[in-house]
Amino acid sequence: MNVAVCIKRVPLSPGRWSLTPDATAIDTSGSAMGWTLSPHEECATEAAVQLIEADGGEVTAFSLGTADSTEQIRELMAVGVSRGVLLETGADEWDPQATAAALASAIRDDATTYDMVIVGTESADTSGYQVGVRIAHALGWPIVTNVKGLSVTGGVARCERVVGTDREVYEVSLPAVIAVKDGVNIPRYPSVPGRIKARKKPIDTVAPTATPARLEKIRLALPPQETGTATVLGTGPEAAPRVVEVLKEIGVLT
Amino acid sequence: MSNLPSSAKCVVIGAGIVGNSVAYHLARLGWTDIVQIDKGPLPNPGGSTGHASNFIFLVDHTKEMAELTLDSVRQYEEFGTFTKCGGIEVARTPERMQELTRRITSGKSWGVEGMSLLTPDQVKDMVPFIDETVILGGFYTEGVGVVDSLRMGTIMREKAVEMGALQSFANVEVDDLTVVDGRITAVVTDQGTINCEYAVIACGCWSRQIAAMAGAEIPLTPAVHQMKDIGTVPMFADAKGDIEYPIVRDMDTNMYERQHGTGLEIGSYAHRPMLYDAEDIPSNAEAALSPTEFPFTPDDFAEQDEYALELMPDIVGDETIGEKYAINGILSLTPDGMPILGETPEVKGLWAASAVWVKEGPGVGRAIAEWMILGEPEIDVHASDVARFYPQQTTTKHIKDRTAEGFNKTYGIVHPAEQWSSNREVRISPYFEREKALGAVFYETVMWERPFWYDSNAGLLEKYGDAVMPRVAEWDSRWWSPIINAEHLQMRETAGIVDLTAFALFDITGPGALATVQRVCMRQMDVAVGKVIYTPVLSPGGGFKSDLTVMRLGDDHYRVVTGGAHGMSDLKWFKDNAAPEATFTDLTEAMSTIGLWGPHARAILASVTDADVSNEGFGFGTCRDITIAGQTVLASRISYVGDLGWEIYVPMSEGLAVWDALWAAGQDHGLIPVGIGVYGTTGRLEKGYRAYGAELESEYTIIEAGMSPKKIKDADFIGKQAHLRQRDEPVATVMCLLTVDDHTSSTGEKRYMLGKEPILTKDGGPITDAHGRRSYVTSAGAGPSVGKHILMSYLPAEYAAPGTHLLVEYLGEQYPVTVEGSGAVFDAANDRILA
Repeated sequence: MNVAVCIKRVPLSPGRWSLTPDATAIDTSGSAMGWTLSPHEECATEAAVQLIEADGGEVTAFSLGTADSTEQIRELMAVGVSRGVLLETGADEWDPQATAAALASAIRDDATTYDMVIVGTESADTSGYQVGVRIAHALGWPIVTNVKGLSVTGGVARCERVVGTDREVYEVSLPAVIAVKDGVNIPRYPSVPGRIKARKKPIDTVAPTATPARLEKIRLALPPQETGTATVLGTGPEAAPRVVEVLKEIGVLT
Repeated sequence: MSNLPSSAKCVVIGAGIVGNSVAYHLARLGWTDIVQIDKGPLPNPGGSTGHASNFIFLVDHTKEMAELTLDSVRQYEEFGTFTKCGGIEVARTPERMQELTRRITSGKSWGVEGMSLLTPDQVKDMVPFIDETVILGGFYTEGVGVVDSLRMGTIMREKAVEMGALQSFANVEVDDLTVVDGRITAVVTDQGTINCEYAVIACGCWSRQIAAMAGAEIPLTPAVHQMKDIGTVPMFADAKGDIEYPIVRDMDTNMYERQHGTGLEIGSYAHRPMLYDAEDIPSNAEAALSPTEFPFTPDDFAEQDEYALELMPDIVGDETIGEKYAINGILSLTPDGMPILGETPEVKGLWAASAVWVKEGPGVGRAIAEWMILGEPEIDVHASDVARFYPQQTTTKHIKDRTAEGFNKTYGIVHPAEQWSSNREVRISPYFEREKALGAVFYETVMWERPFWYDSNAGLLEKYGDAVMPRVAEWDSRWWSPIINAEHLQMRETAGIVDLTAFALFDITGPGALATVQRVCMRQMDVAVGKVIYTPVLSPGGGFKSDLTVMRLGDDHYRVVTGGAHGMSDLKWFKDNAAPEATFTDLTEAMSTIGLWGPHARAILASVTDADVSNEGFGFGTCRDITIAGQTVLASRISYVGDLGWEIYVPMSEGLAVWDALWAAGQDHGLIPVGIGVYGTTGRLEKGYRAYGAELESEYTIIEAGMSPKKIKDADFIGKQAHLRQRDEPVATVMCLLTVDDHTSSTGEKRYMLGKEPILTKDGGPITDAHGRRSYVTSAGAGPSVGKHILMSYLPAEYAAPGTHLLVEYLGEQYPVTVEGSGAVFDAANDRILA
């Protein structure tokens, strides 16, 4: 079975976030700014790797972004992705429609035929919730979103979703797109041999065709800072009873 | 909100290992009313201490760093926060094996015990998970260990609180420092203002920003070092303690590996320098993890993964072992790699306390507290003095250039004479272009470019042949040239001109000038106008604070000339101890110094001036204005090289005209340009002249240095009482010159010691004086005029008699040396200087 995962390079601040002066983007100019991929996509990759470990096949990571996105593709290669396809763009942001169209066509045109595309439900920066759905539409495949449990038997994917306090179970024939949520699994840590192998794995670069953007970004606003206050409950063993009380108050202990 | 006091004697800002140590030692030495604040929570406020690897290797080539480290280990042990596990530095290259022998010699010089060289198999016996086939050997230090720096800090705080001396407050942010008339008067925080007499900045990577609030400079920068923890390692699964195997430093790859509980920690100093702006470090509230733990960048660790796999394949190659924790951890780097300690020159009462590593943290705390309360630390920390920096060394460019260059030297093989390559040609003398044209090879001193030798003198090599004492071994001849010795010999024959622009000069004027120099300097300063006095400056405890030259230029006018490296510290010391109505004028940037020495120096000078420069007309130890090439200059008849001559002080703008006049006149007298290689080493060593920072430091007395005047002046001076006491005590050790009897190594090569090597008994045992100080080579260099390689070392009386045979250890081998005595080995009667 061959699985494609779609991932996105997103900024990671060790601390505060700030916006560019025109408030249309996250300011990534600070010397401490790092980059990562969203937790949902780490889970998507782990799900894909688990499937091919069970059934054989390969996982390919597709990413649309700048050349620096190879850093995130390598990160996933260290935990089992075999190959990467970079849809290289300039620094300008692509809207979800253009992104999905480019990814769908890259997946369709790839030399490998895929049985499944696994995506995260949303990216960590823009949280559009759109790309997975639009890829499925473009490919003409079914999609199950918000998946918190996944297994494949005989060409059928069994997907679990959590809705309120209930669970929904869908069975969908492959090929299909699955959009997973954080918590569907616990992604493995990379090993050092994994890291070393990752550096030798192939990444193909393709030039995606941009479709005109239909989404216009007016401006971003930072959410209000959470201001939590810490209360010292006591020091040493004397603090224990009060700690127990608080744990009961917040429902951790009953 | 906390109930922050509105006043305190001393506010310690920072609760990392240094801040806690400062607070504890201030309390131990008797201060009460200490308030400590930190912007983060306790016990881990989020600075570099909280994510430190916490291991301590004992050996460092720098004595000051080694002593601070050894003192820190004693403190960690005292408080039960030190776990001894041993440590092995492994070598993959022959160059590194040589370096490991050098590390053993440095360890012996500073008194480190329990060191040995290991074969690869012996390393394997101690560290079974290492692949011994990739290494050539190892250097084992038994006393290496791991500390709990957070627990240590907590204990120190608690002790100070128990003494009733300390109140500590977490989550208090400093908003401003109030300075009135050059003194710190208050620390302004987000929770109120604390009026204070003293404030100590122990803020690690934030120190520069905090100091700037008071207009003071603590030049350091946040940088990251990468580390990752992999686990669970099956063979460590039953580990009971934090550390059960020796720590391995894979020196040639700039890495370390250590067992850490059930995991293996792999750290690197190999990656590109990653420097940050302190403003970009998030606050505790904003930080995802600790504020000083930045996202790991795996690309920068690519080679290190491979090296770790090579060295420890059984663990690192195990695909089931995951990378559980990986960070780019913030630490603070200084431009010269040394800590930054002491009262800031800009603000009285404001103290800098910036260690670089956890290994010297407690030692730094003790040194600061002793300095604040007793007037000087027991360990001489002059190379860490915050006052050492010139303005050219506190710029952001300088800090970034030098820390970036220095980062990869953390585990490097750094030659003792190695020069910086970044941010050069910042301070250049008026003669720079002339010197370049003469093929000067420039070394740097406090940003000045100084010719060390001149390629234009290469022709002298043939003239002097083997008398230039050529060196064949690459290490001995790195950053060295036989031309230095040729220049030396030619200067002794004819004359040399030396660029001494790096000197620091300052004038003290006004009604308080005499009282100031009398109080600071040991020698009699109430002398006739026109006298030049070379004088020790004592620390309160009777050790060396400095040695320098003072000229009396008028009744109320003295000029101090001192070495560039220590000049700003000296200026601060004079200012700190100035009498009322004394005015200081720093002339360092305004005045240049030219040295002119050699038997023909008088003839050269006479040909460019109308002044009487005969021995009768211009005696040794006097100075006065003369005219050269139409320029009025101050000439001073002194010598640090052992030959007749003068130092000539001239305004920078007029210097070139004077240089050119001397140069032109010198052509008929065999004048050559002479570099600092002669001035700083060969010339002075033959004469037995001691140098500050090498022979002279606060840990040795002037009596031990053999420089005590017969008569002590009546006037009071700093260190006088201590010195008078010392005169009645037995002398523990005495400064001696030794010469090397045989340079031949076991492979038949001639080897030349470079300094800092241990002096050993004839049986190869260490020599330790009554105060526990080891004998080591304080300076080493050629004495071309006597045809011997000269070493200087303090020796206890039983070893100090001339003719005593001893050994010196150099790169793992021992060579015979003979004690010559404590004075000059060349022209002991000073006939040449007094000619």
